[in-house]
Amino acid sequence: MKIYADNAATTKMSRRAIDAMIPYMEKVYGNPSSLYTIGQEAAEALESARQTMAEHLHCMPREILFTSGGSEADNQAILSAARLGEKKGKKHIISTAFEHHAVLHTLNRLEKEGFEVTLLDVHENGLVTPQQVKEAIRPDTCLVTVMYANNEIGTIQPIGEIGSVCREAGVLFHTDAVQAAGHLPIDVQAQNIDMLSLSAHKFHGPKGVGALYAKQGIRLTNLIEGGAQERGRRGGTENVPGIVGMAAAFAESCANMEETAKKLTALRDQLIEGLSKIPHSILNGDRTKRLPGNVNFCFEGIEGESLLLLLDDAGISASSGSACTSGSLDPSHVLLAIGRIHDIAHGSLRLSLSEENTEEEIAYIIQTTGEVVDYLRKMSPVWRDLQEGKRSYVIQ
Amino acid sequence: MLYSEKVMDHFKNPRNVGVIENADGIGEVGNAKCGDIMRIYLKIDNEIISDVKFETFGCGSAIASSSMATEMIKGKPLKDALELTNKAVAEALDGLPAHKMHCSVLAEEAIKNAILDYYKKNGIPYDHSQFPDCDSCQHCN
Repeated sequence: MKIYADNAATTKMSRRAIDAMIPYMEKVYGNPSSLYTIGQEAAEALESARQTMAEHLHCMPREILFTSGGSEADNQAILSAARLGEKKGKKHIISTAFEHHAVLHTLNRLEKEGFEVTLLDVHENGLVTPQQVKEAIRPDTCLVTVMYANNEIGTIQPIGEIGSVCREAGVLFHTDAVQAAGHLPIDVQAQNIDMLSLSAHKFHGPKGVGALYAKQGIRLTNLIEGGAQERGRRGGTENVPGIVGMAAAFAESCANMEETAKKLTALRDQLIEGLSKIPHSILNGDRTKRLPGNVNFCFEGIEGESLLLLLDDAGISASSGSACTSGSLDPSHVLLAIGRIHDIAHGSLRLSLSEENTEEEIAYIIQTTGEVVDYLRKMSPVWRDLQEGKRSYVIQ
Repeated sequence: MLYSEKVMDHFKNPRNVGVIENADGIGEVGNAKCGDIMRIYLKIDNEIISDVKFETFGCGSAIASSSMATEMIKGKPLKDALELTNKAVAEALDGLPAHKMHCSVLAEEAIKNAILDYYKKNGIPYDHSQFPDCDSCQHCN
């Protein structure tokens, strides 16, 4: 059996998105900046894609900027807000401890330039509150950036309420909606969002393309200087096929959102219930306020990379927040932010589902994970010590 | 692929996994905070490693390194085992990715610590310079 359960990393492209893209590679390959027919047709496709994105985000087309993905959009949003703040002498930014590195590393860069950054603590359930944001806002705060849904533990933040707090205080509000777009409803007006980042390949669109929504009136700082593309806010010939594919995938995901969420929630709950039966395991993140397809567990006494390799051997693609998979010596900053200690965070497993997964696959994942955890525990000196009472369990 | 076929073989079919009851020497290195712990058990007869077992909490290369290292010292005289280097373990596995080399270091050191434990338990004099100085390891810092 081959089971793909790493949809938070990337997704399989939808047929509709692929079909939408092909004409823009085979026939309408003109440069949108050119004035002959296939150039102008490409330009029309670009504007039609912008229109589609805007409709589903509830904004104006001119407020959509196409980027190379979520990371670029995050970078541009944060740097732009920082430059605007700087001019008014406002050099304080509020974010959370468990943002994506595209946000955290951009903030680090600004700190080196003299900005002050407040990272809000994340509650053990993986949530921050509007109250925390309210209390952290200062007269010199120029930006609040809080992710819509966390990429590892899937927890959904109260974005609309945080948006209201920021709007009342007159502070710009950006949200990294990379995991949420196409999966959760977004209405930038109703939710008082000033800037929002999204990435196509997280909702069955192509890789290498994303978008930044920036409310009219927010002056963006260029990351890429060049021609007049994207109204001068991003140089470089537009990725026309990618953008067309993103719009098709986004429209499709938004149209099916409710139905997909219902199906995924049932699969997710089946998976959570099954994995909870493994002794000394714990779910990471709130039980219900999480993405419909996200499951994230810690298993005591084992290490995540070996777990992933054995699951892969059994045909299951998943991910982990262990140090060995992060390429550093520390495990996931997200798990540490919700209070998991290192020993436990190394033994984490993230399974992120899509509408293609089935109940049979979930049953297979539950059974296989149980067997692999058991096998690894049997060769783990940590597990032996726990069993013999020489070490105390962290997860009861 | 991240790992060689040999690493995957030793990871998926580890040799010498387990415990030796009343082992003559036990060595442990690493800690759970770092995400890897290796424990080596030795049975020693007439200065020869007659049996060896390991338990490892760690990534694929940590398990494979333990398996390979135990294979390399099984049936060998203690003085040969003391000469086993992490490089030799990594080479026997057809190489490890650069950021995984510390796994082979753990294997070398766990074996040395197990031999040290045997010497200490039996009051056998030993050359301190042959054994790892754990205070100098910066792996977890």
